[in-house]
Amino acid sequence: MASRNTNIFTLIDKPTVVLYLLLIFWGWFTIYAASYNFDDTSIFNFDGRAGKQLLWMGCASVIAFIILMLDTRLLEAYAYPIYGVTILILILTIFFAPNVKGSHSWLVLGPVSIQPAEFSKFAVALCLARFMSSYNFTLKRLSNFIRAVLIIMVPLLIIVLQKETGTALVYLAFSLVLFREGMSGLILVAGIGSITYFILALKYAETFWGATCVGELIVLILINIVLMIMTANKYKKRGTFKIMSIITLSVVAITGIINIFINVNWVYAMYTIITANSVYTLIVSLKSNSIKLLQPILVAIVSVFFMFSVNYIFNNVLEPHQQSRIKVSFGMEDDPRGVGYNVNQSKIAIGSGGFIGKGYLAGTQTKLKYVPEQDTDFIFCTVGEELGFVGSTSLIILYIAFILRIITISERQRDAFGRIYGYCVASIFIFHLAINIGMVLGISPVIGIPLPFFSYGGSSLWGFTILLFTLLRIDASRTGRI
Amino acid sequence: MRKDYNLEKRKYIIGGFVIVIALIYIARLFTLQIVDSDYRRFAEGNAFLKKAQYPSRGLIYDREGRLMVYNQSAYDVMMIPREVKEFDTLAFCQAIDITKEEFDERIKRMKDGRYNPGYSSYTPQLLISQMSAEEYGRLQEVLYKFTGIYIQNRVIREYKYDIAGSLLGNIREVSSTDIQNDPYYKSGDYTGDLGIEKSYEKYLRGEKGLEILLRDSKGRIKGEYENGIYNEAPVSGKNLTLSIDAELQAYGEYLMQNKIGAIVAIEPSSGEVLALVSAPTYKPSTLVGRERGKNYAKLVSNKYKPLYDRTIMGVYPPGSTFKPTQSLIFMQEGIISPSTTYPCYGGFISGGLKVGCHAHSSPIAMQPALATSCNAYFCYGLKSMLDNRQKYNRTDEAFTLWKDYMVSMGYGYKLGIDLPGEKRGFIPNSEYYDKYYSKGRWRALTIISVAIGQGEVLATPLQIANLSATIANRGYYYTPHVVKQIQDYEIDSTYTQKHTTMIDSKYYEHIVSGMRMAVTDGTCRIGEIPGKEVCGKTGTAQNPHGRDHSAFMGFAPKDKPEIAIAVYVENAGFGATYAVPIGSLMMEKYLNDTIATDRKPLEERMANSNTIIYSGVKKH
Repeated sequence: MASRNTNIFTLIDKPTVVLYLLLIFWGWFTIYAASYNFDDTSIFNFDGRAGKQLLWMGCASVIAFIILMLDTRLLEAYAYPIYGVTILILILTIFFAPNVKGSHSWLVLGPVSIQPAEFSKFAVALCLARFMSSYNFTLKRLSNFIRAVLIIMVPLLIIVLQKETGTALVYLAFSLVLFREGMSGLILVAGIGSITYFILALKYAETFWGATCVGELIVLILINIVLMIMTANKYKKRGTFKIMSIITLSVVAITGIINIFINVNWVYAMYTIITANSVYTLIVSLKSNSIKLLQPILVAIVSVFFMFSVNYIFNNVLEPHQQSRIKVSFGMEDDPRGVGYNVNQSKIAIGSGGFIGKGYLAGTQTKLKYVPEQDTDFIFCTVGEELGFVGSTSLIILYIAFILRIITISERQRDAFGRIYGYCVASIFIFHLAINIGMVLGISPVIGIPLPFFSYGGSSLWGFTILLFTLLRIDASRTGRI
Repeated sequence: MRKDYNLEKRKYIIGGFVIVIALIYIARLFTLQIVDSDYRRFAEGNAFLKKAQYPSRGLIYDREGRLMVYNQSAYDVMMIPREVKEFDTLAFCQAIDITKEEFDERIKRMKDGRYNPGYSSYTPQLLISQMSAEEYGRLQEVLYKFTGIYIQNRVIREYKYDIAGSLLGNIREVSSTDIQNDPYYKSGDYTGDLGIEKSYEKYLRGEKGLEILLRDSKGRIKGEYENGIYNEAPVSGKNLTLSIDAELQAYGEYLMQNKIGAIVAIEPSSGEVLALVSAPTYKPSTLVGRERGKNYAKLVSNKYKPLYDRTIMGVYPPGSTFKPTQSLIFMQEGIISPSTTYPCYGGFISGGLKVGCHAHSSPIAMQPALATSCNAYFCYGLKSMLDNRQKYNRTDEAFTLWKDYMVSMGYGYKLGIDLPGEKRGFIPNSEYYDKYYSKGRWRALTIISVAIGQGEVLATPLQIANLSATIANRGYYYTPHVVKQIQDYEIDSTYTQKHTTMIDSKYYEHIVSGMRMAVTDGTCRIGEIPGKEVCGKTGTAQNPHGRDHSAFMGFAPKDKPEIAIAVYVENAGFGATYAVPIGSLMMEKYLNDTIATDRKPLEERMANSNTIIYSGVKKH
């Protein structure tokens, strides 16, 4: 045991530990600032948020220590049982958790409340790593791909049932892992693309130029561009792109001429272009006897249908409060007292920080409780207000360094298990950071997920610590010396 | 497992994706924190409750150092409309003792840009002004129930001597025009209105202070911002010492009750105004507190116009009080000497024109003419001057000179007293007559009545009193002023500058003798105060609106004048009947502090007589 101890601490990745410590201590000071209430005196007062967070940090270090003592092979071996037990706990949570603001996600164990959803990410990461690192595994096989997706989707759906949609969405981050392990980039692009279509179609749904609906027009232009690029990419013969451009421009020119006499709906012009280009692709496909050239046509057709469905989904599938959140996020609706209040106050807090901020403990927006959830989901505001552009940019850079370090560690693993697990960890952090900071800055929709190491709370801190230190433990043993 | 180097390249895509997101967020931070400066303002608007700290207004003392005007506390109820939530209007109305309708009306007015141009739902707006301490106590007990309601301590006026309403003025809430003209004022502030409160507003008001309080999202006050280091303490207003003698002023108001008119008393050696009585008057205390609006409206609609300060705004025909100026001009121009005599058989008769006069010996010299107030003498004098073609080429040239003399004696233009609203009176010039009669079509006889202070000439009681002071000084005056000292400041230098008239001092001696004769042997005999050698001149001014005005101008003692006075009583008949006794009593009061026993009946008669009934103002 003794020799092991010395080994593990010399083999552990020091830069990551330093970054981790910087982040949790910065987070601790920020929690103190965010919950500072003029009469509170000490950061060590254990009745205060900062004092409690210090306690959670102490527990986290114990957890980290225990993990470093474990044998990673055990984790790999027990990955499936751990996943199974976690799924069971998640299901039980739905029934046993008390109703907290509509969600059933907190288990109360005596004096402590924990949120199993924070820990289930770890189980999914282990399970995914174990499954995808099995011998001769390839994502190119559809059955493998579906299984991997199921590993991700099952806990996601259970957490949705717990009414913790924000936490559930984090599981979408695992698609980055699948991408790294060979999933077609097309799926990722399609995912991001459909979100883009969705946003653009919605945002400009009510904007009109003459008879033309701007939202539809933009989406159709994008679909045509994708169609042209894909066709040109699949059919390597020179001049394909040029011919399709000529088709496009001639339709535009004819429509332009007609437009002089009557008011034309350009959306129809775009349909004509897409149809013409698809026909061209079909001809090329038949000529070259290549089935893969049908793919661009399929994508175009699906895209058009997706576009039609956006309004239907938005109006009939989404709940009114979700519609409203999305509208506020896209700037289609201004609602400074309702849904937009949080984001508006958060922007005021950050914006009022200026270049160097108002000074530590001197922020008025956060001290006076204008920003809600200011020591949990909206804690970035405190940094923005008190430390200004300098402080918040520094924090973002620190996080980027942290994530890039995790990617580096993942890539240097000799076995797939370590690499995949590492990417799981990186993806979770990326998602949390992108959504949380994006939300506070008024870019992404309001989804209540914590800022890693900063947001107050034991569950999230321990969850992230377990994720990270497991990776560090795996990394330390990659040389096989322990 | 073998490494797939093709897939490994995807780490750059993932890393690049992360960096792109980071750059987008940093760009967003840049626009929020550096490009857009509005957010700091929004944050301050959220967090800071800027509360004005009202300074105590300067106190006002009389010339003897007696406190006249001081301050008392009052409490304004302010509302920040944005913060008002779930308001129990009925309970609130009960607490402040108004009806629901009144409350709604006040809210409507508060939000109406015409009445309240500075309205903002984020800043405290005045709801109820000037509650007493007692009313405040009642409200305070339940104040916690009403979010968005604040109490603002205010300072309002209290009067030790409840006199001199139009002289002292009062304070009122600022109007939209005040706010536009002076950025110092914010809605709900007070400013001086009328009188000294208005003309010395800049000294009296002091400097408002600022208290910056922190307010949390629920509207609760969380203490002072940065422990108050950005607060600004209010600076108290400057105290004023008036030249007014409060006792004399009160006595003047007592004598002038039930009369319309004015008394102006001046210390000749300094130009300091000792009393400035405008009748009818009003108590300044009626324009304090919540009843102000109602009382003010009453004063405005009062048919005797008490708000109109007759001492400086009343323009009257000066009547015979004008005659000394004529003697002075004629002597200075060499038209007459003190021994020049003119005939008077019941008046001035020339070219079919007759200006009537009363019975006295004839022919008459200058001093007896003054003493008996002979009209003919001055008409002859003016005619001799304007028709003198050895000295002057034309009538208008002579008249222009005449006008210049009058202006040098303080007529025709504002004297420049330190009170708002002074009128200039009227002294016609040649151009005026040229226009009126067309050029060259007027001559001495056309305008002869100006020689006896009738016709076109008009003067304020202040100008008449100033003439009296000038004669008492034998040829110079200081611009009359009511403020003697300003705490920490010098009074305006225009009030310490000697103004000499265009007439030599030696001629004034003859006038003094003439005015003394008027008291000993002439029209002002009732004005004598034993041992004080009163000099005076009566005036009985005809006016088109009814009975003659009774006027008096005088000073005492003759050789060491301490007080110069003008009394003007509208529609009271002969100068000797009212104006002379009142003027004389005022001088006695000032010089002796008390009225001699044998003059008590006179005092009583003056105080109790009512001349307002002759004013021609119809009873309604």
